[in-house]
Amino acid sequence: MKKLLLSAAVLAMALGSATVSANAADKYKACFVYLGAIGDFGWTYQHNEARKQVDAELGDKVETVYVENVAEADSAGAIERLARDGCKIIFTTSFGYMEPTLEVAAKYPDVKFEHATGFKTAPNVTTYNAKFHQGRYVLGQIAAKMSKTGTAGYIASFPIPEVVAGINAFMLGAQSVNPNFKIKIVWANTWFDPGKEGDAAKVLFSQGADIIAQHTDSAAAITVAEEQGKLGFGQSSDQIKFGPKAQLTANLDNWGPYYVRRIKAAMDGSWKTQSSWDGMAEGTVKLAPFTNMPDDVAKMAAATTADITSGKLDPFGGKITKQDGTVVDKVDDGMILGMNWYVKGIDDQLPK
Amino acid sequence: MDQFLAIAITIITASTPLLIAGLGELVVERSGVLNLGVEGMMVMGAVCGFGAAYATGNPYLGIVASIFGGVFMALLFGFLTLTLLANQVATGLAITLLGLGLSALIGESLVGQPIARLPNFHGIDILIIFSFILTALVSYMLFRTRAGLVIRAVGDNHASAHAMGFGVIAVRYACVVFGGACAGLAGGYLSLAYTPQWVENMTAGRGWIALALVVFATWLPGRLLVGAYLFGAISILAYIVQTFAWGIPSQLLSSLPYLVTVAALVVISGNRQLMRANTPTCLGQSFVPDR
Amino acid sequence: MRLDLEKRSDRSSLMALLSPIIAVALTLLFGAIVFWLRGVDPLHGLYVYFIQPMTDEWSREKLIVKATPLVLMGAGLALSYKANIWNIGAEGQFVMGALAAGAVPVLFPTWQSPEVMVVMLLAGSLGGLLWAWIPAVLKVKFHANEILTSLMLVYVARLVFDWLVRGIMRDPKGMNFPKSVRFEGWQRLPSWGDVHLGALFALVAALALAFVMYRMLKGFELRTLGLAPRAGRFAGFSADKAVYFCFAVSGAMAGLAGATDVMGVAHQLQTPYEPNYGFVAIIVAFLGRLNPIGSIIAGLLLAITFIGGEAAQATLHIPDKIAKVFQGVLLFFVLACDTLILYRIKLRAKK
Repeated sequence: MKKLLLSAAVLAMALGSATVSANAADKYKACFVYLGAIGDFGWTYQHNEARKQVDAELGDKVETVYVENVAEADSAGAIERLARDGCKIIFTTSFGYMEPTLEVAAKYPDVKFEHATGFKTAPNVTTYNAKFHQGRYVLGQIAAKMSKTGTAGYIASFPIPEVVAGINAFMLGAQSVNPNFKIKIVWANTWFDPGKEGDAAKVLFSQGADIIAQHTDSAAAITVAEEQGKLGFGQSSDQIKFGPKAQLTANLDNWGPYYVRRIKAAMDGSWKTQSSWDGMAEGTVKLAPFTNMPDDVAKMAAATTADITSGKLDPFGGKITKQDGTVVDKVDDGMILGMNWYVKGIDDQLPK
Repeated sequence: MDQFLAIAITIITASTPLLIAGLGELVVERSGVLNLGVEGMMVMGAVCGFGAAYATGNPYLGIVASIFGGVFMALLFGFLTLTLLANQVATGLAITLLGLGLSALIGESLVGQPIARLPNFHGIDILIIFSFILTALVSYMLFRTRAGLVIRAVGDNHASAHAMGFGVIAVRYACVVFGGACAGLAGGYLSLAYTPQWVENMTAGRGWIALALVVFATWLPGRLLVGAYLFGAISILAYIVQTFAWGIPSQLLSSLPYLVTVAALVVISGNRQLMRANTPTCLGQSFVPDR
Repeated sequence: MRLDLEKRSDRSSLMALLSPIIAVALTLLFGAIVFWLRGVDPLHGLYVYFIQPMTDEWSREKLIVKATPLVLMGAGLALSYKANIWNIGAEGQFVMGALAAGAVPVLFPTWQSPEVMVVMLLAGSLGGLLWAWIPAVLKVKFHANEILTSLMLVYVARLVFDWLVRGIMRDPKGMNFPKSVRFEGWQRLPSWGDVHLGALFALVAALALAFVMYRMLKGFELRTLGLAPRAGRFAGFSADKAVYFCFAVSGAMAGLAGATDVMGVAHQLQTPYEPNYGFVAIIVAFLGRLNPIGSIIAGLLLAITFIGGEAAQATLHIPDKIAKVFQGVLLFFVLACDTLILYRIKLRAKK
């Protein structure tokens, strides 16, 4: 066994090294670590689309590489492999990669790291996130305008701050149109199970909701809405293909511009450590075209989008009343990033 | 009323794939073969069905293709366990792993593509109706026909079945292929009707549930129908309870279907008489023809 | 043409040695074809996938880290499967082991002494053992099929883990993210480079289990019960006790694997925690021919498919699914080739 392996090794090494050296060009290597499969049509899919945009815009100057399905608890190995393989900048695209990213970054000071949705930085570690709640505020407004029953269904994945903040922003948007708006929430306890997401959508529709929003990854909910003649929103990616008559708009994760910008900065030496939290203004949060709604609703949605983009409107601006009745004078960024309470008007009890 | 109807249909669609896959596995196990590869056959059925429907635009061709996907995996399983006499448990696991990986590879370019959903009337489609007919047919076939008698004889005592001149291996091959066809069809139901799209790993453990339901049903098709609908109903009711916002941990609700399955297995298996009457005695054992 | 199996008079020891090699060779051939189909130079692909992980210090360390939980669990499962007792739920026992071990620093965050490490390891083993005890009791008392109950409990274990780590075990200073406090100092396993103490446990445990299985009466009892249950019963061996014993051992090993994983690699609990090592360990057990020592080799081989899979993604742009396919195909060929040990394969012209 050993001998066989050994001789195979020698043979393969001879062949292998030849090919490797031929491959090595002077391209700038940008690498990505993904939590899910690039075929999830949700979170990971959008990061991968952004990677493709980097390929398209920076062309021959960069080589992009990705590793998918990397479990969070075990991600240090994958991240370190990329650092060793000559990646100059590495994007780790899930919250759970925070500590492993920092660990590996300490070992490879010359490599630049960008960690999505975390809150710890280092000299060569930047964090980046997007204000998805901005988009959800607009979604809430549209829902309140379009709903006949005054009730939206919301499929949530896991009770992490980002998801909770999304629900709150959606509700605040809806309340700005209809103060008595109701929202019914189902926690699917998964990011990704089309069957379960579809079931949850069906249940929510049967419970009086006529519009569905979701914070899970597949296009199942919009498919169900289309089938039942109800309305809904796409999540992460534009899902109009799955709901040509159902999708009102979609809250898009548009990482492309950010990735292009950061890789360019890394290449020309202007890259600096930062905690970036982009939103509509920077184009990271985008809404898909407004469809299946009357003109006045579309106009309102466009106006709100413009106000948020210009900074005139902040979904969490002003005084916010919590579910328990206490009033928060000013919701700062830290509170949003660690949000674990509902705003007034949501009946659901937040899982603790 | 409308609300109840909507919930009923949701429960029916959630239960149908479990029922179809379970019926196939029931026949397989009746012939004495334990097939743990249901999940892998199902997911291959899902990707093949979706791929064919996407390529041709015809969901009915998708159904046919999904059956072929399942049968292909079933033949691999049969070759290993029946011809090469490999361990059935391990082979089943290999088929599941292989199916999950292979389907993901095949389906790489199908992600994010829409297809025409299988036509339905108020949520009731042809496969739902077929699943009921299939239940009746399998029940009839197993207990009222000579073929069923042979299958059960092979599953209960392959040595004497062989002595009586039945081709044990041939019978088992036929059953395994039938099981694969059903698993593939169940997978096709997921990608063509339940949530008409392809995503990796979309069976999400339903093949394993189908396996558990077969034991729950003590290898009786009628009980399998009850079991599949019970499981579907609990999963859906767990969501409905959530919308009432009672503050019950959603993890508890999500784990209810599994806990109930375990509890049901315990209750049913504790009934020795029922088990003795119906458990295929040779379940999981390879048959070695001695010549 | 038809394929016939002819039983050998003895098990062929030559084939017992050769069959895994043939299986690996066939897997490599299959791999070469897959690479070729995807437009990758097959030899280069195989090199990156299967050889490169062994060529430098760093990836050898990673290999050992990856193999550690697989060997621990594979050895325990091997014992159990040999006795014809089918614990398919090692993944759930692994998760519960991690949870139990992690509970210690969560409850006593400032406890720093060698004892805490020992307590955590024991807690982990006990967690896995107790979780495995459930299907064992259900099998003995109610005759419930252990394959299905142990598997169902995997899903339940994941949800329990999720509930606790999201709830009361959450790090109060962690911005409400679903993870526990970081383990520090003695709450971690000592390590050399990346390789942590768990690797030693795996080695010792596999050897100890092999000793139990082949040099002690208990092992003989289990093997007899697995091979010929009736004969075992006549010899006065208790099938019920065997069920308890096997689930206890394989569960404790899985729990220990979970504990070493959070103490040696992740250094905290975070959810979702679904590494799937428990399922891969089933392949390890079979690939190692249900021999605990074989599990060591098999665990390393499977670890190669993981590490190589990563490398192939990074350098060859080959998607991750390939690793899964390779694992399935490898198990597939191993099972097929095992037939050669007991049988001769003859191709005959149809009569």
